Amino acid sequence: MDSHAAVEHGPELLHHFSDAEQQRNAASLGMWLFLVTEIMFFGGMFCAYLVYRYWYFGDFGAASQTLDIRLGAFNTAVLIGSSLTVAMSIWAAQTGRRKVLVGLLLATILLGLVFLGVKAVEYHDKFEHHHVPGASFHFEGEVPGHPGLPVNPYHAQMFFSLYFAMTGLHALHMIIGIGLFSYLTYKAWTGYYTPKYYTPIENAGLYWHFVDIVWIYLFPLLYLIDRHR
Amino acid sequence: MATAVVTAERENYLNKEYGVRSWLLTVDHKRIALLYLVSVTFFFLIGGLFALLIRLELLTPAGDLVQADTYNKLFTMHGMVMVFFFLIPVVPAVLGNFLVPLMIGAKDLAFPRINLLSWYLYIIAGVLMLHCMLTGGVDTGWTFYTPFSTAFSNTKVVEAGIAVFINGFSSIFTGLNFIVTIHRMRAPGMTWSRLPLFIWAQYATSVIMILGTPVVAVTIVLVAVERLFHLGIFDPKLGGDPLLFQHLFWFYSHPAVYIMILPSMGVISELITCFSRKRIFGYSFVALSSIGIAVLGFLVWAHHMFVAGISLYAALIFSALSYLVGVPSAIKVFNWTATLYRGSITYSTPMLYAFGFLGLFTIGGLTGLFLACLGVDVHVTDTYFVVAHFHYVMVGGVLMGYLGGIHFWWPKITGRMYPEFWGRLSALIVFVGFNLTFFPQFILGYLGMPRRYYQYVPEYQVLNVLSTAGATVLGVGYLMPMVYLLWSMRYGKPASDNPWNAAGLEWMTSSPPPTFNFDETPVVDFEAYDYEHIPEKHEEEVAVG
Repeated sequence: MDSHAAVEHGPELLHHFSDAEQQRNAASLGMWLFLVTEIMFFGGMFCAYLVYRYWYFGDFGAASQTLDIRLGAFNTAVLIGSSLTVAMSIWAAQTGRRKVLVGLLLATILLGLVFLGVKAVEYHDKFEHHHVPGASFHFEGEVPGHPGLPVNPYHAQMFFSLYFAMTGLHALHMIIGIGLFSYLTYKAWTGYYTPKYYTPIENAGLYWHFVDIVWIYLFPLLYLIDRHR
Repeated sequence: MATAVVTAERENYLNKEYGVRSWLLTVDHKRIALLYLVSVTFFFLIGGLFALLIRLELLTPAGDLVQADTYNKLFTMHGMVMVFFFLIPVVPAVLGNFLVPLMIGAKDLAFPRINLLSWYLYIIAGVLMLHCMLTGGVDTGWTFYTPFSTAFSNTKVVEAGIAVFINGFSSIFTGLNFIVTIHRMRAPGMTWSRLPLFIWAQYATSVIMILGTPVVAVTIVLVAVERLFHLGIFDPKLGGDPLLFQHLFWFYSHPAVYIMILPSMGVISELITCFSRKRIFGYSFVALSSIGIAVLGFLVWAHHMFVAGISLYAALIFSALSYLVGVPSAIKVFNWTATLYRGSITYSTPMLYAFGFLGLFTIGGLTGLFLACLGVDVHVTDTYFVVAHFHYVMVGGVLMGYLGGIHFWWPKITGRMYPEFWGRLSALIVFVGFNLTFFPQFILGYLGMPRRYYQYVPEYQVLNVLSTAGATVLGVGYLMPMVYLLWSMRYGKPASDNPWNAAGLEWMTSSPPPTFNFDETPVVDFEAYDYEHIPEKHEEEVAVG
């Protein structure tokens, strides 16, 4: 072992950090703070959702029940699966298994694409049924549990406005995540990440888990309103 | 003189590289600070131009210079430019960028490239805003209130919204960078209780930036989407609620006032200790009051909505909480005053600005208590009283702190001294001009003159003429530093490393500092503002440097 530990470091150590640990800690804290800003970003929409769901609960229930619960549940399983592959890819990076790492990252990308594909099918269905807010929006039905009480179409439209805004923002985050993982896969394939340096994998993993958790909240809030009737 | 020659020849962050490329692709926090200095000054001039036109129109009761539509655009763009493109970034992005790493003994911010990205986002947003203004402008008021902004205004709301959205991310990344830097990059021995109070203030500011800005960003997105696709989230006709917009908007935009004022408060702590040669009175109280302001700042937003139709109980609670913000603010003012007590005070330019800050911020803060009071607020809502109040805090407070700071650290930034006589004169002119502009507006508002109208009844004219006259004086006061500071970059006396004999790590490196700030990482074995242990220099030494 060389005594000049500080001098002997990989090319990834940036000039302004005193050592690799400081750099790693900084990157990790930075990522966590970024996720805090993301929580606040989604928070505004969740707040709007809560207000209108509280006001227009019956109409929201009726609108929510037109969503396909099976596709939603399937997508939830897919995303949780992708979180597993991400967690395992960090392990693969820590233990220096390059090919396993690349495989797990590719699996994550694949699961992300499956999710987006299913989402596209669901969006398409909404277009066909004129459930997309705007001039051609059309909704008829009864409030669940209140036979004969028609749904206020404006309130149903509010549900779908929030549905598209929230799942759309979530899908945008998925797309960014898939882009991120594609880059990481390429770098991992070239052998850039070692057991000593795998911070980007860890941070992208944090991001992916966050996107996953947002969905874990979105699924019950959007798909499971008043389903027990 | 020999020292001066050595200082000039030493390699520093300014003379290391030359050329446009070396500036536009720099990741050096000091150079990025200067990029910001130039760009925020540019936007200050634009916003100032709008202010000038507003004041000219208000010289007479009739609408002679502009008509209603143009006037609406003028005050909207004055507000948007000044708030989003000047006041919010000014102290953090210029002084904070330059000083945070220097003050904690770091080589740079934790994420230098993200720092540069922040500046580019700011510029992209700024160019969009300029384009929006040049191609018709926007007339919603800087607050984007719905449903006017989403359903009725026929101006460029979406484009202005996108500019504010992008600019928000510039602010978020700056805040994130500062927090990580302050946590992870401090030099050995630089404990939390030894941090300069400017750093505490930047830290509190950054917390607000990362917690508040995303909320306004998503709100603006919702406004834009609603305007483009006719959703009904804020439109009462479609079952939406405009009050929800106001809640979400002020959840950020009230704390944003503290994003503006807190960094300036940090500057004032540095100035007052240095020019009264004393340790700050009650260090931990001043430090924690910054955090206190950041936390309480998030709990008072609905005092902007007392007459908007929120429930009386909500209004009562928000009124009481708004009073509470007075406590940490008063702690600061009292502790600064106590620091002055029996200090050996020098009336240098930065100190004159600090005194100006104390006076103006105190008036601004106290009138804030008037407005926190439900009964009084109902009387003066949407009058010039409110306009005067927030200008005392946001312009009187923030700009006094900023200008004081710019003069104080100018020798460190440029390696040159500014002309002291002109500095003092400008501080005086700004103070007089500011009060002449905005004090009459308190009276106008109390008498009932509403804000945001281009005409008024003739009874208000005398006070409006005074205000416009004051604005002219103020404009001269602001232009003067731009002239003599530019002049000093070439012709100013070369500055020594520590011309004020001040405490703090930034004064222990050369002026201007080398690219990595310190030749060796400093080890801190002293408390902040340890002025008892810094020997007095003689006037001649200071001058010769």
